[in-house]
Order: sequence, then structure tokens, then C-alpha cells
Amino acid sequence: MTHIATSPRFKDNARAALADPELQNALKFVEVNFIARRREVADRLPEFDALRDSARDIKNHTLAHLDLYLEAYEAKVTAAGGHVHYAETADDAKRIVLDLCRKFAARTVTKGKSMVGEEIGINDYLEANGIVPVETDLGEYIIQLRHELPSHIIAPAVHLTKAQIEADFRRAHRDLPADRNLTEPTTLLAEARAVLREKFLAADVGITGANFLVAETGTSIIVTNEGNGDLTQTLPKAHIVLASIEKLVPTLEDVSQMLRVLARSATGQEMSVYTTLSTGPRRAEDPDGPGEYHVVILDNGRSSMLGGDFGDMLRCIRCGACMNHCPVYHAVGGHAYGWVYPGPMGAVLTPSLIGVDQAGHLPNASTFCGRCEEICPVRIPLPRMMRSWREREFERHLSPATARAGLGLWAFFARRPRLYGLATSLAMRLLALAGRRKGRFQWLPFASGWTRHRDFPAPTGATFQARWHARKDAR
Amino acid sequence: MSARDAILASIRRSLGVTGAEAPRRKEVADRIAGRPQGVIPARGKGTPQQRIDLFVRMVELAAGSIVRVDAAAGVPEEVAAFLRKHNLPTAVRRGGDARLAALPWERAGTLEISSGAWDGKALSSVSHAFAAVAETGTLVLASGPDNPTSLNFLPDNHIVVVDAKDVVGDYETVWQRLREKIGDGIMPRALNLITGPSRSADIEQTLILGAHGPRRLHVILVGDPSAR
Repeated sequence: MTHIATSPRFKDNARAALADPELQNALKFVEVNFIARRREVADRLPEFDALRDSARDIKNHTLAHLDLYLEAYEAKVTAAGGHVHYAETADDAKRIVLDLCRKFAARTVTKGKSMVGEEIGINDYLEANGIVPVETDLGEYIIQLRHELPSHIIAPAVHLTKAQIEADFRRAHRDLPADRNLTEPTTLLAEARAVLREKFLAADVGITGANFLVAETGTSIIVTNEGNGDLTQTLPKAHIVLASIEKLVPTLEDVSQMLRVLARSATGQEMSVYTTLSTGPRRAEDPDGPGEYHVVILDNGRSSMLGGDFGDMLRCIRCGACMNHCPVYHAVGGHAYGWVYPGPMGAVLTPSLIGVDQAGHLPNASTFCGRCEEICPVRIPLPRMMRSWREREFERHLSPATARAGLGLWAFFARRPRLYGLATSLAMRLLALAGRRKGRFQWLPFASGWTRHRDFPAPTGATFQARWHARKDAR
Repeated sequence: MSARDAILASIRRSLGVTGAEAPRRKEVADRIAGRPQGVIPARGKGTPQQRIDLFVRMVELAAGSIVRVDAAAGVPEEVAAFLRKHNLPTAVRRGGDARLAALPWERAGTLEISSGAWDGKALSSVSHAFAAVAETGTLVLASGPDNPTSLNFLPDNHIVVVDAKDVVGDYETVWQRLREKIGDGIMPRALNLITGPSRSADIEQTLILGAHGPRRLHVILVGDPSAR
């Protein structure tokens, strides 16, 4: 693992994020834009929910036969003149990529966006070995300049304002005139386009991720809007695909089902601009394309998730809809999660990949509103899995002493229903009495974690238990 | 044990299988050979005319532009009109596609035409699509000497010619036609599904056209859909 996870410090991260005015300013776009755009495009397609069922079933079928689909896929890649490499761990994957880069005497490497690349920390590793990796997706390029992790899996720089990006460009592009205008997103994009065009043409190797691998044809697929992934993989001597085992789908028909839910869930587009199906290296008659084509397939703990409590997570197609719809993500952004994958999918996947002892806070950072599961294109039961992580955290005595003591106290009363009813009605009456003037509390003993950020409403009327009993008796 | 065998063994351990079970092998072989279709949206299933109308609408929704010509002979004039409209140099680059080579280019006036993969300077290119998908306004381009992939991405302006008879309702029909043309389980090196011009929304989610690929995508739709 290259990135040092700050997930154990989630609470501090979140506190800092809430107090960061620039971050809060940038985050407001997430909630406004993504949700409405997805809603609109989903409503326009009557078959959308049926497609989500179909996408879920295809992933379940593939995962249940993953060994055989991998074998079939590998045979097809090889038949098309490509090479498949297997990596059990992040370190293995990095070594394979480095060896390939050395084979092509690579000095610079262009990169399309790859979450697997982030997961294994490929950029730092190549750099440490004297090879210059250049991220070419605009968002990834920006965060590479800042030496940051992506804060969103499809919008890596969503935590930044244009003023911050302008400052980064002025710092990084020193050979350009100092008095140039960079105040608008259009001028920033134009500058990145010009700078990166040179990099595309100079690169020796291009590395991309893969949204899907197709067993029927030995094809890898990338889905992008900018076209950077295509320039990355078309122009250099070699194309290296970084993928993980769960990207497999059986056929082109199956991939069509996945594509119909991916862009709609991710960006609210009917279809992303560029969906590119790549099969093997440049053919004898081809005037362009990479001379060699290599696929590195990473496991990194995924194979042991299969069939277990968190196996459903392997259906994930990395659309980012769960974070777009998450009130916790809206409040703290992606970096607070402290590793590569943020939001609800990160809260479930990160403990699987780096350990619940490291990432145990993440599944706790949930209001259990259930929106993530409601909108997931492959219907991953994210809240259920977050609850499973909480149970494991509790079983392994990883939760803090105060939380355990609180739960113990609650359990004591919960096992004694009469006492529970008596104690709560007494407490509620006390609170109602104390709060009758203002109707709310700005401070309460043992509840400062709540009242520091918002008032606590004073209870009015009877308790739920009392009303429930009254209703039952009335019937 | 190789990494490959270790990963396969770990998958099999988790799934509780050996990999040798005949019914599992048959299920996978049957799926790859049978290619069951899933849910195909009804919107692409109309008459040929409805399909064309949908395609035009969806191209425009994706911020592309589109014109129709009755016959292929009308293409060069539309290429010239597009270049003129955007004040572009009267030069285009294309691949070796016979359908493009056979066009009466003299009708485009003083148009400079070069041929081959991207040459490091062409601002505008002309490609011929293998097919197009009405469902989402998507063009399908196959790599090779006929239509080099670099011409889809490096020029600022990409003009794509598509025959109305090649506009199909859904992706599934494209795969079927591809198999008819080059065989089962075989693919061109690159198959580009292109829906509108390049764009990015990575800065404050402001959508801007022309990120790394073409700033403009112009479709010239040729002929009558009922011809196939």
C-alpha cells in the first residue's frame, strides 16, 4: 500500500472538512447537479429499473463463474496478440507495470483515469523509479499537481474551486506568460489541453484502467468524456490496462446492459462521449494504435470477498452515484474518508481492502437514510454491509470504550422493557419541562456531540411507547 | 504456484468449486455462444423513419450537429459548408475508406484533402462510421487503414459520414452486424462508440466542450433508411 490511509482519523478529517470554507463551497455543486441530472435521465428511460435488475444479475452470474470467465477472457486476449498478467497484490501489480515500462525504455507515461491505479499507488512507484507518470484526465491532472488523492471516483477534483485550480496552474506551468487570463473554467481547460497535448505525443507507454473486460472477445472497455483515455492508449508504443478481477462480463450483449446504467447513474448522460472497446495491439494493416497490448489483472483481496458478507460489493461499477446521493459525503467530501474510495461504496470496500482496524470509522459515518442502495445501478445493499462492518468492529472490540459503555447501558434497559418505558417517559417529561420555554436546547449533558452543531428539540406530547400502547388499547 | 493459478485457486476456494464441474463449464460456454439479450429499450424499436428521427434528436442532445443528404454525392458540399460556417481552413484528412475515396470531392470547391493517420497538424477530419445507434445518438467507428483511430481524437473538428441504412436501434444490433462482417468473437483493434464532442466538467462541474478530443462533432447522414 503506497497511500498512507488517514481513515483511522476519520473524525478529525470530518471536523476539518466541515470547517473548511473552500471545500464547503465546492461541495455544494455535488448535491445540486448530480442528483437532478441522474433523476432526469433515469425518468426518460422507462426500462431503467429493469436494466438495473439485469445489470445486477449479470454481475452475480459472472462472479459466480469468475474463474471460468477469466480463463475464457485470457484465451481471447492472447488470440488477439495481447498479453495478460496476473497480480495477487498491489506490489505485484506495480512491479509488472514497471518491468513493462522498462522493456519499452519508457521515460514518460501518460495515464487515463484508473481507480485501480490509485489503489495500488502506481504514480508514486513509477516516479520513485525514474519514470514520469502524467495524469491526463483533467480532474486527475489537477490532483496530481497537488499531490492529492481523488476526492470522488468520477470527479476527482470536485473538492476544488476554480480559484484554487488557477493557483495550481500558475505554480506548475511556469513557462507560460504570468499575465495570462485564467479566471474561467474555459481558459483553465484550454491551458490543460495544450500542455497535455505535448505529453500525449511524447509518451512512450500509455496506461488506462478498464470499466469492463469482455470474456467473449478479450476486449477491455474504457468510458470517458474527455477523450484523454483514447489518446493515452492510441499514441504510445504500448498500452497497459490496469484492471481488477471483478471487471469481467461475459458478452457484448451483457456489456450493453451495463453501459445503459453506467453513464446515467454516474453523470446523468444518456451515454458517455467515448466508449472504447480495445482488443489486442495494432494489426499489421493498421496505421495507428499501440504496438503492444498488456492487461494487468489485480486481485488485492477481492477473490476472498467472493461469496462472503461483502461479496455483493464486487458488483460495483464505480459510477459514484452512491456518493452523489450521500448526506455524509455532501457534508465532508471525499478526502475525509482517508483513502482511495470515498462515500458509501468506500465505506464498505475500504475495510475489505485495508482492514476494519484501519477503516472502521467509515461504515459508522452513515445516517442509514438508504439513498445509496435506492439509486445503486447494480443494487448493492450498502447499508446492510455497513451494518455488518459495525458488528465486526464491535465483535473485535475495536469500537471506543464510551460507545461500548453506552450500548451496554442501553442493552441493560432494553432487556427490561418496563424499566425502559419508565426511564424514557421520566426522562422525556423532564426534558419537556426543562425545554418548555424555548422548545429546544443549545446544550445538554452527554449530548454535546449533537448540540455543538445544532439545537436539540425539546420533546412535546407523549412518548412513542405511550402512544403505541394507547393505540393498541383503543383497537 | 504462478500468480494466475493462485488467484484462480483463491476464487475457487471462495466459491467452493474446483473449476472442473461440467455443468458450470457448460453454463459459461453456453452464455458466451448464446449471448442472451437483456432489456433493450423500446425507444430504438420503431420504424426506420422513427429510428432516424430519434438518432437526429439524440445527436443534437449530445451537443453534436447533424445534416441529411439524399445521396453520398452531396457529402463534399456539406463538408465545405461545415468548414465555412466555422471559419475553418479548407482542408480535411481522411483514411482510405473506399466510400470516402469515391465521393465527388471536386464539388467541395478548393478543398485540400490528405489521407492517412493523423499527421500532427490536421484541424479537421472526415471518417465513415461502421454504424450508428439511434438509442443514444452514438456513432460506431472501427479502427484500421480505412478510418484511422487517431482521426477520431486529435483533430479539433470531426466530421462523420453515416449511411441511413446503418443507423440501427440499439447496441445489440451493432454487435450482430459486426459478427456478420468479421466473425464471432472477433473485434477490430479499437471500436469507438462516440456520442457527441469531447467534454469535461471537472472544474466546478461546469460543462465545457473540447477537452482533449474534438471540440465539434458533425454528422452527415446519407440517404434513405428503408434501403436495407
